[in-house]
Amino acid sequence: MQKRLFLSSLAVAAAICSTPTMAQDKFKIGLILPMTGPFASTGKQIEAAVKLYMAQNGDMVAGKKVELIVKDDTSAPDVTKRIAQELVVNEKVSVLAGFGLTPLALATAPIATQSKTPLVVMAAATSSITEASPFIVRTSFTLPQAAVGLADWAPKNNIKKVVSLVSDYGPGIDAEKYFKDRFTFNGGQVVETLRVPMRNPDFAPFLQKVRDAKPDAVYVFVPSGAGAALMKQFAERGLDKAGIRLIGTGDVTDDDILNAMGDVALGVTTSHHYSASHNSPLNKKFVEAFTKANAGLRPNFMAVGGYDGMRVIYEAAKASKGAGGQALLDAMKGQVFESPRGPMFIDAQTRDVVHNIYIRKVERVGGQLFNQEFETIKDVKDPGKTR
Amino acid sequence: MLTILFDGIAYGMLLFILAVGLSVTMGLMNFINLAHGAFAMAGGYLTVVLMQRFGVPFLICLPLAFLATGFLGAIMERSLYRPMYAKPHLDQVLFSIGLAFMSVSAIDYFMGSQQQIMQLPDMLKGRTEIWDGALGMGHYRLFIIAICAALTLALQYVLAKTTFGSRLRASVDDSRVAAGLGINVNSVFAITFAVGSGLAGLGGALGAEVLGLDPTFPLKFMVYFLIVVAVGGTSSITGPLLAALLLGIADVPGKYYVPKLGAFIVYSLMLLILLWRPQGLFVRKGGH
Amino acid sequence: MQAESHQRLQSSLLQPARWKWAEFLFWGLVFLAPWVLPSHALMVNEMAIVALFALSLDLVLGYAGIVSLGHAVFLGFGAYSAALFAKHIMPDPLVGLCFAMVTTSCLGALCALTILRGSDLTRLMVTLGMALILLELANKLDWLTGGSDGLQGVLMGPLLGRFEFDLMGQTAATYSLTILFTSFFFVRHWVHSPLGATVKAVRDNRLRAMAIGINVNARLAVVYGAAACLAGAAGALMAQTTGFASLDVFALDRSADVMLMLVIGGVGWLYGGVLGAVAFKLMHDVIAGITPQYWTFWIGLFLVVLVLVGRERLLKPWTWWRS
Repeated sequence: MQKRLFLSSLAVAAAICSTPTMAQDKFKIGLILPMTGPFASTGKQIEAAVKLYMAQNGDMVAGKKVELIVKDDTSAPDVTKRIAQELVVNEKVSVLAGFGLTPLALATAPIATQSKTPLVVMAAATSSITEASPFIVRTSFTLPQAAVGLADWAPKNNIKKVVSLVSDYGPGIDAEKYFKDRFTFNGGQVVETLRVPMRNPDFAPFLQKVRDAKPDAVYVFVPSGAGAALMKQFAERGLDKAGIRLIGTGDVTDDDILNAMGDVALGVTTSHHYSASHNSPLNKKFVEAFTKANAGLRPNFMAVGGYDGMRVIYEAAKASKGAGGQALLDAMKGQVFESPRGPMFIDAQTRDVVHNIYIRKVERVGGQLFNQEFETIKDVKDPGKTR
Repeated sequence: MLTILFDGIAYGMLLFILAVGLSVTMGLMNFINLAHGAFAMAGGYLTVVLMQRFGVPFLICLPLAFLATGFLGAIMERSLYRPMYAKPHLDQVLFSIGLAFMSVSAIDYFMGSQQQIMQLPDMLKGRTEIWDGALGMGHYRLFIIAICAALTLALQYVLAKTTFGSRLRASVDDSRVAAGLGINVNSVFAITFAVGSGLAGLGGALGAEVLGLDPTFPLKFMVYFLIVVAVGGTSSITGPLLAALLLGIADVPGKYYVPKLGAFIVYSLMLLILLWRPQGLFVRKGGH
Repeated sequence: MQAESHQRLQSSLLQPARWKWAEFLFWGLVFLAPWVLPSHALMVNEMAIVALFALSLDLVLGYAGIVSLGHAVFLGFGAYSAALFAKHIMPDPLVGLCFAMVTTSCLGALCALTILRGSDLTRLMVTLGMALILLELANKLDWLTGGSDGLQGVLMGPLLGRFEFDLMGQTAATYSLTILFTSFFFVRHWVHSPLGATVKAVRDNRLRAMAIGINVNARLAVVYGAAACLAGAAGALMAQTTGFASLDVFALDRSADVMLMLVIGGVGWLYGGVLGAVAFKLMHDVIAGITPQYWTFWIGLFLVVLVLVGRERLLKPWTWWRS
């Protein structure tokens, strides 16, 4: 036993000995994404979009070479925090980016503040994140933005009675609250609010409850990926035949899997900030390049968050001449530009994204299913903050 | 609400088909196989690939999933699992978790991380309402119940009425004595493991529509399988069947009537049952 | 003559309880690590916390023979207790740690009632069930715990009034290591005590232990409570050094990971937990650095090979090619 212990301690000592290399002439970006686990498809989309941006815009900015360090967040906030800390302290990254889940971003916020490193949120969508640190900038979206858009549209379209069905976690609760408040303000009625546990293998009982309540529509939010199962159950339960419409935020008709959902998704109306069929030359170029580089994978709203995040980082680095810290952050605030989603800007006060919200309907175009935009609500600020 | 009861029964039967292989393996070979979910996932993905890439009709895919996963199970049993029987439980846990990890990652690599979506044949897509909507039965769920009921009867018949069944029961009760009586315990193990994995594959193919299918499937549903096995006991087929039905009926109507409590109900129920009857609800005395 | 053999018998029985020089070397190196390799101080901190958690599971699994797949329930309870204490009552780390240890021990004593009966599988499921129930509870009580967003706003005061938790993580690492070592010291002492011997007897053969008059249930309850206390301490350290507590501390992954670490390192051996934790974390970090997406495959492969080759042989490379 002694020999074992001795050898082990030697191994431990030897194993931890590795010197980190320090390169001054590099602009390092620490990208922390969910590469494994239930949200791995988000990580894949963002990584692909980030690499696409770099392929299109070169890997030099302000005279420095851009180095991308990708890490898996393992969905554990303490591990993410440690990874972020190590990236900042050892690798000396100039900016942290990614963040697929709210708790991960919130846990890492103090690191951003303490080390004065800008943190670009490319995926997470709860309102309160940008308030957790003055160094956080978001390029994804917030659920309240999408929810409020729909809550304004619905009453004008014969939808007065709604049952809300959301997944029971941060963004879901945000989606429910803001929809309910605005919808009720507009004269509608949310007869029931159902929350589906995250680990739920079966939507059946919840959809049955919806059916029994006989509303005009069911308002839905589920994380990207679960939309397919929900859609199937919706049809199987005969809700469409009972005259109940399916409306929700765009996560339920995620471009990633929309095409595979089949006819059951036709006619579903959603509100969101990005559709792969958005009619602009920049978006067409983006979608084409993305699908070509990724074996036919269609970009979704997560990818566009990553793409725009890189744009914000690159332009800010050019403006701050490669410096990090406060200068880099200041150059990120107030950026106005055209994104594949449409025009957008980073609000200088809240550091959050302001963009158009589109009301879309799923239609078959050229043999494939797309979210076709038919109404635009311009320059939506995050309602979660104007309170 | 009859509809909800019906849904719960369908869900329970699906769980039963998925978990029965695990239960028999644990009872027979005293082997904790946490990679059981991987076989289910394999069946599901095989079905998806056959349907989407080769256009094989859904109904043909089901027996194919069963056979292919059963075959896979047989190979793995001979090569990888057999040396593990004598090892302590902790080693078996490590081993099967390792296999599960590998399968999750491999599927992620080859098939991508998204949810896989299946298109059912039209005849399974409808819904029948009787008694003026008081009982609505989705055709797919009817199908699931029918298949699972048929399988249960078949399994019960094999166990009770065939020679193989009696050999199996003997080996479960006491494998040493069974071997002493001239029963080829090794081949009993192999066949049982293959059938168990095949059933899991079939369950995965059937369940992909209802439960969803993505690379994290084995880890997500492992807890439910374990609950069925723990509550139902490992010494019979009817035990896990009733346990799975109980689970389905508690889960689905539970979430309907008390949505705030949602997942609580299943876990609390399991806890209470195990505290009351630690060996599981339906155990025969004797044996191990 | 008799006295001499008596002496020898006694000293051979006491032999395992004595500290060996290799152990001093080990702990010396370990405490130096955050200062000699400052860039890895954070990793050392994380390893120390997980090692403490693994040590507590070793008490339960290795010394009392209880198979538990829900040990994270204590980790989580300790984490939330410490975080809530720091947020609402007082930000001092040591007081918070004591508070968390006390509350988790109470939970442990309560849970001990559930693990007394049944087979391995029963206990596996009962412990798992408790962890999942507490996970759901923490999710539902989001006005208290922050729900799935996690509990934020946990600002820790300086340790002992002087040492701030810095960005480099050296304070955190030394703090965690000290608590780890103190716990280890006490556990080591306990394991070689008469009480420890009775617990080992229960693990080895419960029936026989009962037959010689050992109160099995009382022993198990005490061990479980003590293990809960240590796991709670690990959770508190986690919450305090990261300034955050969220639902995943209760998740199945945590319980499963720590069980893996313990089994890799060696169950029933005190250093098993510590070394298993170090080895597993290192492996995970290195492999995840190489392939952030498919690291689970390589870990899985490692586990399969490890078991096929034989666990005891991992730390003895010269036996790999025997038989």
